[in-house]
Amino acid sequence: MAFVALGPQAPVASQKPTKTGRVALYLLLPGLFYLGLFFLTPLFSLILTSLKAPSATGVIGRYDVALEIGNYGYALGQYAPQIFRSFSFALIATVIALAISYPIAYFIGVTARNRPLLKGMLLTLVIAPFFISMLLRTFAWKQIFSNDSWLLNTLKDIGLMGADSYIIGTDFAVIFGLVYNFIPFMTLPIYASLDRLDLRLVEAGHDLYANSFTTFRKITFPLSMPGVISGTLLTFIPISGDYVVASRDFLGSTDTAMIGNVVEANFLRIQDYPTASALSVLLMAAIVILVSAYVRRSGTEDLL
Amino acid sequence: MSADFVARGQDLELESIRKEFPGFVAVDDLDLKIPAGEFFALLGPSGCGKTTTLRMIAGLETPSAGRILIGGNDVTDQKPHQRPVNTVFQNYALFPHMSVEENVAFGLKQRKVDNPQQQAQAALEMVELQHLAARRPQQLSGGQQQRVALARALVNRPALLLLDEPLGALDLKLRRQMQIELKAIQMEVGLTFLHVTHDQEEAMDMADTVAVMNHGHIEQMGAPEALYDRPKTAFVAKFLGQSNIFVGEVAEADDAKLAINFKGNRLAAPAARVEKTKGKVAIGVRPEKTSFHPEKPASDPAVNTLGPGTITDIRFTGVSNQYQIEIPEVGEITVFAQNIGKSPVVELGAEVWVSWKVEHSFGLADLPTGEEEVAE
Repeated sequence: MAFVALGPQAPVASQKPTKTGRVALYLLLPGLFYLGLFFLTPLFSLILTSLKAPSATGVIGRYDVALEIGNYGYALGQYAPQIFRSFSFALIATVIALAISYPIAYFIGVTARNRPLLKGMLLTLVIAPFFISMLLRTFAWKQIFSNDSWLLNTLKDIGLMGADSYIIGTDFAVIFGLVYNFIPFMTLPIYASLDRLDLRLVEAGHDLYANSFTTFRKITFPLSMPGVISGTLLTFIPISGDYVVASRDFLGSTDTAMIGNVVEANFLRIQDYPTASALSVLLMAAIVILVSAYVRRSGTEDLL
Repeated sequence: MSADFVARGQDLELESIRKEFPGFVAVDDLDLKIPAGEFFALLGPSGCGKTTTLRMIAGLETPSAGRILIGGNDVTDQKPHQRPVNTVFQNYALFPHMSVEENVAFGLKQRKVDNPQQQAQAALEMVELQHLAARRPQQLSGGQQQRVALARALVNRPALLLLDEPLGALDLKLRRQMQIELKAIQMEVGLTFLHVTHDQEEAMDMADTVAVMNHGHIEQMGAPEALYDRPKTAFVAKFLGQSNIFVGEVAEADDAKLAINFKGNRLAAPAARVEKTKGKVAIGVRPEKTSFHPEKPASDPAVNTLGPGTITDIRFTGVSNQYQIEIPEVGEITVFAQNIGKSPVVELGAEVWVSWKVEHSFGLADLPTGEEEVAE
């Protein structure tokens, strides 16, 4: 009898939730409620807004529920340069942040592995910027890069910069600010991966005739891929939507506007809610597509 | 077995190798020569410096002083990837992000050998794992991983293969089986094997020559049989199997034998089997060479006798019984008796005399310090 019960035609009784199953469900409820309220509802509202049409009354900032798919075409056509710029900046800043963060993470996770004091100090330095508001830090850079700053004056005095040239408002300033703000988000996950790296595998690589460079390329780097992928995602996604660094109030200008700045302007200044919403949905869709393609290509599932 | 794998091993020579770490000396002016094609075991307790020695030969550790020569070439200053040496690591150190075949082909690809895949396949065939070539290491059992690690090292046909306790993580039955396979492979490929282990049975079972290491230096080196039959120091006597050791002043010493006065008993050993003939001398005997008797044996100059004592413990271990016999004023003696139905029927508390032939005694160069038991 006992064996029959385990067969494919198991009695209906097994479909009733067990006691532990029910408890797990109850424990999940607050989380599901939270997600429903604070993620799905706004998402639904956003999509709804992105399809609205201007109000028949003609009042600016008033919109009626509609199915205006043309909003998307308009947003794409109108703001193609900003969309392109967002992803270009995000890509460039992510690559630079990776190039800077990897050696830092390697030093903390591998070189300083047996020196807890040094390691602790370096980790503190990496997260120290978080102790000050990101807005203040970006303002600080604005001061440093502003036209009459000692830095620019010095650069102009020694002839490295032309007398009329400037930094604030350029692509360089924005990318610099983005890289600066996101380095900790890149460094910490890579550090976490490298800290766990079994150095005996590196020794095995050397033992099997691989020099230091090859060992890094074939063993250390592939084994740190989970950290590299987390780090690049934690950097690329927020940078794509960032609107602080590139805004005119901080390091950018109208020439450096990214999607975030356009969304902000449409929502808060022009009060063109449907276009702003359509841009947000487009940004979200583009990130989901890019990220899933990236994760699939890098084959993280093969890694431990 | 492919003919591709028949390559000659080379000899290894260590000249006054020394390794100091902050606060202690791990390897203390070690001299060692291993002839080409030999299966050599470096045996010792943990912390004796055997693994450090192996790592210096592999190039993973830099000696503080001394020279390392492989096949007559000085490799002391060479980086690990430049040395004709491969290692089977204690934890196997297989690359988790590569398939079994990629692991085995790794060294071949680095040296730009032709047909690395084909050679890797042949090496996997040798360890009978060709059917698992596409798997990841973590999908294999411990014994299979061990064999992949062996194939990954052997496929490069190194002049010297280093084995760092490669069987330590396996269960007893698998370990015995791997010992036999490892020995067979070594004879087949004719490479020089240097096997580092703390398992004396493993060392004696496989190696042509065993060097017993303690506190950074080699205590004694020789064929397993010779080492077991005639240990020269108390450490070797205790670490390699068990020994009963008795210390006393030399009572007589001539060309034929040496006798000590051990708490009123005269214990003798053949002169050819003693290391030291003056002052206090330790004389030992293996437990399986001793026997006990319910009555006092007749006095015989060719036999050492101690007793009477009482049996305080009897342990049945299958092939033999192990008896602990407590002799007042003398101490405790261990006696092994094979279970072949001939040993006298005795029980706990019985009064017995212990004896062994003088020719089975061995005289040690040093005195036991009491530290040896702690070592294992």
